[in-house]
Amino acid sequence: MSMIISLLASLFITADQPAPPDSGRHVFVNARIIPVTQTEIPNGFLLIDNGKIVEFGDMTDWKPSAAPPTIHDCSGQTIMPGLVCTHSHIGIQGRGGGGADRSDPIQPDVRILDTIDIQNSGFRRAVAGGLTCLNIMPGSGHLSSGQTAYVKLRPATRVEDLLILDDENRPMGGLKMANGTNPQRDAPFPGTRGKSASLVRQAFIDAQEYQRKLDEAAADPGKMPERNLRMEALCEVLRGERVVHHHTHRHDDILTVLRLADEFDFRVVLHHVSDGWKIPDEIAEAGAPCSVILVDSPGGKQEAIDISYETGRILDDAGVDVAFHTDDLITDSRWFRRMPALAMRAGMDRQSALESITIKGAMMLDLDDRIGSLEPDKDADFILLDGDPFSIYTTNLQTWVEGRKVFDRSSPSDRLYAVGGPGAGQPLRPYLCCIDEGHHE
Amino acid sequence: MMRLILAILACLYLPNSLHGQDLIVYGETVHTMAGDAISDGYVRIRNGKIVEVGPSADCKPMGDEKIVRSTIITPGLVDARTCVGLAGHFNTDHDRDELDESSPVQPQLRAIDAFNSRERLIEWVREFGVTTIHTGHAPQALIPGQTMVIKTKGNRVEEDVIIPMAMVACSMSDTALRDDSPGTRAKASAMLRQKLLDARHYQEQQSKYITMDGETDLPRRDLEMEAFSSVLSGDTPLLVHAHRARDIANALRLQEEFGIPVVLDGASEAYLMMDDIKESGVPVFIHPTMIRPYGEQENLSFETASKLIDAGIPVAMQSGYESYVPRTRIVLYEAGMAAANGCSFDDALAMITIVPARILGIDDRVGSLEVGKDADLALYDGDPFEWTTHCTGVIIDGEVASTQLR
Repeated sequence: MSMIISLLASLFITADQPAPPDSGRHVFVNARIIPVTQTEIPNGFLLIDNGKIVEFGDMTDWKPSAAPPTIHDCSGQTIMPGLVCTHSHIGIQGRGGGGADRSDPIQPDVRILDTIDIQNSGFRRAVAGGLTCLNIMPGSGHLSSGQTAYVKLRPATRVEDLLILDDENRPMGGLKMANGTNPQRDAPFPGTRGKSASLVRQAFIDAQEYQRKLDEAAADPGKMPERNLRMEALCEVLRGERVVHHHTHRHDDILTVLRLADEFDFRVVLHHVSDGWKIPDEIAEAGAPCSVILVDSPGGKQEAIDISYETGRILDDAGVDVAFHTDDLITDSRWFRRMPALAMRAGMDRQSALESITIKGAMMLDLDDRIGSLEPDKDADFILLDGDPFSIYTTNLQTWVEGRKVFDRSSPSDRLYAVGGPGAGQPLRPYLCCIDEGHHE
Repeated sequence: MMRLILAILACLYLPNSLHGQDLIVYGETVHTMAGDAISDGYVRIRNGKIVEVGPSADCKPMGDEKIVRSTIITPGLVDARTCVGLAGHFNTDHDRDELDESSPVQPQLRAIDAFNSRERLIEWVREFGVTTIHTGHAPQALIPGQTMVIKTKGNRVEEDVIIPMAMVACSMSDTALRDDSPGTRAKASAMLRQKLLDARHYQEQQSKYITMDGETDLPRRDLEMEAFSSVLSGDTPLLVHAHRARDIANALRLQEEFGIPVVLDGASEAYLMMDDIKESGVPVFIHPTMIRPYGEQENLSFETASKLIDAGIPVAMQSGYESYVPRTRIVLYEAGMAAANGCSFDDALAMITIVPARILGIDDRVGSLEVGKDADLALYDGDPFEWTTHCTGVIIDGEVASTQLR
């Protein structure tokens, strides 16, 4: 019955676009506040308005204002920025899911946004884990499997509701690339690492030629080449407008990525980087940020036999920008905080660990001016925890995106996705926090 | 960082050989799993066995003992169900011995013949405090083979093994289904029932001949039938992998029909079947808390372990089977996530110590810190379940098995 009511409610809300936003004024008081880019405040307040952070500070500095906000007492709770996952596969599984198909090893024309299923229960699990921003990527079975999508986990009825737009209202995203064994298979796919690199080089050389024609056309519109989606995406990479998110594990594969990035002068974020601890200085010298995954045990695939809990610490010590990612479903978004905690177990310092799931991830997505830390005028994306972010016993209580609560553990329908249970794997429940209980905010 | 250095220094004090010399391990907290934890306690070890456990005030050192100090001491951990040793970290043909696909029913495949004691994953789990594993063929076929119980010391299998044939693994879930046969659940059940009936007939034939004098006419020994006979006679439990409630129900139906000992493996929808499971007396090797919620595991709950324990069902934690990355999970982590989701600390620790020891029938040797038991200890520099705590040392049979900080 509650299902029917909630479906009806969702229809109502859908029909009533724009959805009734809770983008009003809220103040969260008596909370421990971890802004990430500033000193932690043991007992502070956070004021948000119209989806943005207005200010935060020590409780003694909190002064009720003329426009009274809704007050939330957060005694015993910790507020930190919403978590940023630089590498996720939520919503792209199933038949016909994913990015590129088997027709070609390099398909930069393919956009992952055209396949994202926003009804997938993985999105509900992600907000339960405190994630507010994802880079949704196609897989690693191609040299390039397509364009990625940077999304916010807002209430949504279609993928457009999730997309993050740039200053010109274009969906933001990078280009997924991969090397090593995953893209190696029967022709037309490469069979060796040498062949992989040559195919990538040829593609970028073709793109350079296409870009040259575009440049000529700037002076003489008659010389405009026919539109080519594959070339357009690669040219965005060449112009530095689209970051390459590059799956790479083995030390020699990592160095091949850096060699190609140097040759074609593209911006790259190295992903997974299992062997990164072997070549920290080379990565630091190249200035390539690293989005690292950490799994419980080594191996499972040959490229990952030397994967180490220490990768984060070693790269961080070498001066490399380090973020972690879930690779959801490889690891579950609900315990994303666990990964930097395990890196701390292997010696990573706490501040770097905090940055690795917030501001560093935001930097790798070119979003650090909008998200990744608690700062005035940044998006009001934050989470309420009942303890220290790096304790196993700490639970995420609430997740807020742009001033709207998108997860509340006290709501049974949200709690189902936080801990699992009957129906938790089903995709059908509408993505609207707390609506069953009538306290949707 | 300072704590890290101290922990490393502490490790260096662990002696390499303890033959002929007592070892005293002091702990700020000693979780014996036999009664309440002892604060400021000690364990005295002699010839590989525990000879004293108690408050440090009662300890009377002779002066010639080796001394180890730790923040936390627990019994060596027992992994209720894994595939490591058969499954290797490269995950290529040369170290993928957890599944033979030539036939869906092969209870005669022994774990001891497939076990690589020097597999890196065994060393890996040992370094987190796991000293005993129940490992064997992967639950990826109707009857993939046998399991065994073994210490993680990494010696020749005959030296370390506790139970060479612990259980016969079985899958009554999606993982049993093949392109040919069994292609359906009903067919899988029919095949299994027929095999058990065949084995009953085989047993009758064998016993008939054994009562006659002269062995010349004994029927041909059949390894497959012998393995099933061991299940039928109650000597060897059937370890049934089942996640969906209906698959759990099938397992219980089989148990009732043949009166065989059954242990449930996985059981992610067990929360829907608690009364039936309890009534059957079947113990549960619950799925790792952090397995991926998709396919037949899509409705798993982090709170299943705590619910089953509250219902009075014996529950032990497994690291399970992983076909990809990570190649193995670590029961310490998985029990910790259960502790963060409804289980008490003691219940969570019991799931990876004394409870699996009881279910496996090895609680006379491992699973708790009690006089007369094997000296298997895991040392930690804080709450063992916290993500940022380290395992600082591992002792198996009174010998230092790891000083690697994990």
